[in-house]
Amino acid sequence: MDAVVLDGITKTYAGGKILAVDNVSLTVKPGELFGLIGPDGAGKTSIFRMLTTLLLADKGTATVQGLDVVKDYRQIRKILGYMPGKFSLYQDLTVHENLTFFATLFGTTIEENYDIIRDIYEQLKPFSDRRAGKLSGGMKQKLALCCALIHKPEVLFLDEPTTGVDVVSRREFWDILARLKNMGITILVSTPYMDEASLCERIALIQAGSIMQIDTPDKIVHSYPVRLYAAKSANIYGLLKDMRDNAAVESCFAFGEYLHLTMKQDKGNAVADLEAFARQKGHTGIAVKEISPGIEDTFIRLMNQKNQ
Amino acid sequence: MAEQVIVCKELTKRFGDFYAVNNITFEVTKGEIFGFLGANGAGKTTAMRILCGLSFPTSGTATVAGFDVYHQQDQIKRNIGYMSQKFSLYENLTVLENIEFYGGVYGLSRQVIKERSNELIRTLGLEREAKKLVGELPLGWKQKLAFSVAIFHRPQIVFLDEPTGGVDPVTRRQFWDMIYEAAATGITVFVTTHYMDEAEYCNRVTIMVDGKIEALDAPQALKQRFQAENMEEVFYQLARSAKRSSD
Repeated sequence: MDAVVLDGITKTYAGGKILAVDNVSLTVKPGELFGLIGPDGAGKTSIFRMLTTLLLADKGTATVQGLDVVKDYRQIRKILGYMPGKFSLYQDLTVHENLTFFATLFGTTIEENYDIIRDIYEQLKPFSDRRAGKLSGGMKQKLALCCALIHKPEVLFLDEPTTGVDVVSRREFWDILARLKNMGITILVSTPYMDEASLCERIALIQAGSIMQIDTPDKIVHSYPVRLYAAKSANIYGLLKDMRDNAAVESCFAFGEYLHLTMKQDKGNAVADLEAFARQKGHTGIAVKEISPGIEDTFIRLMNQKNQ
Repeated sequence: MAEQVIVCKELTKRFGDFYAVNNITFEVTKGEIFGFLGANGAGKTTAMRILCGLSFPTSGTATVAGFDVYHQQDQIKRNIGYMSQKFSLYENLTVLENIEFYGGVYGLSRQVIKERSNELIRTLGLEREAKKLVGELPLGWKQKLAFSVAIFHRPQIVFLDEPTGGVDPVTRRQFWDMIYEAAATGITVFVTTHYMDEAEYCNRVTIMVDGKIEALDAPQALKQRFQAENMEEVFYQLARSAKRSSD
């Protein structure tokens, strides 16, 4: 049995005027770490809210651990853990009080399920008497995760847990997720950071309410249909503009130190052609090479295809 | 010598015995895209608030656009632009009304506001949306508009506080096109971001750790010094030793 199933889920707002989720179907396997990857407004939060029984779909059905999100909402709420994107704990309660509160709500105690949260909670212990509202961003995030885990859920829903968090804390958080996965918890996590996609077992790329692709991160990047090139020069912005004016170039986007390019017709000599073009335009410090695409390359390509 | 538009010397901000900003020294050159990075709680926001004329330092000196952060906060505010991820646009005003409002706040004449807003709406391709409420625009458009409004009064420096959070990868890059264009016209861009690929787009980058500037150089030079493949690795090497974390 799949842990999470969405079948043709559609959700609109404002009396049908805003299409937030457009006929989305996907499944998450038991024990899987599954990522919903997409920007703000893609429909990620709406999907989470429907799966956590907080919002009704217009069309379609969904189940969590085989239970229907509409009919069986009471049972579902007992077996899922949900960490919303917006910090939703009681700011005036202390760390310890918040955790006790959530444990009590689910008829359990901190001690009973301490094994699950030990790694995370140990880091919070020095602050256990501090009010949640006075915690730092990273600490709030860890407390929210503890509260979502304290009743030992079977499925964990994390809505953008790492948004606005620095690189170091983000890596720590993903290490924690890997450990939770090893305990057998199914995890559905969303993120706008494309670089985090590779840390999931399978991902869905989502944009403007619909799913563009679902697969393992590896397979998704391997499905990139054309060759991809990276180019740089001493004047990268000048090079970007020149390359966009180059009739042979299909697409050109900045990617950190390099530009990433695809050709309209790739006859195999693109590296030499691009180098020659850059030289002819007067660039110096030119470097061009063929590279393997990443998730963000794939996302951009799928997005552009969809918009055409 | 190139003109320095921000000059910070031993700038410090203390809250009780907590040094939010601890003795930082740097200069930013006119027309530069200057990346201001750091872990959560490293002191970026506190430093930015001082440079924007919103908070006084405890010690040290700093001038922004030639004005002193202790005595000339009003002049600083008139000569800078500011945009953050949390939009400063009014959702219940139209695109045009927002532009006019900010133009008015910065004391531009009606004539100038009219000319520049027509030009801006043309450049952004928002002719059909000009009379629509900002609340109805997609996120990417709001962001571009917010940036355009932040530089509408042609400030010497624009401060961008995580301007690209949450937008799709294409819009994020279009936004950087706008940053480059602004810099090419001589506006200095001071930008914070959590996207490390964006750090590569900056001319120079500082990385703050626990209130101090731990590194300041061109991305290429930083990568060489830390023998890192990308800026994320540089950042990680520096920031993982951080003792404190807060927002």
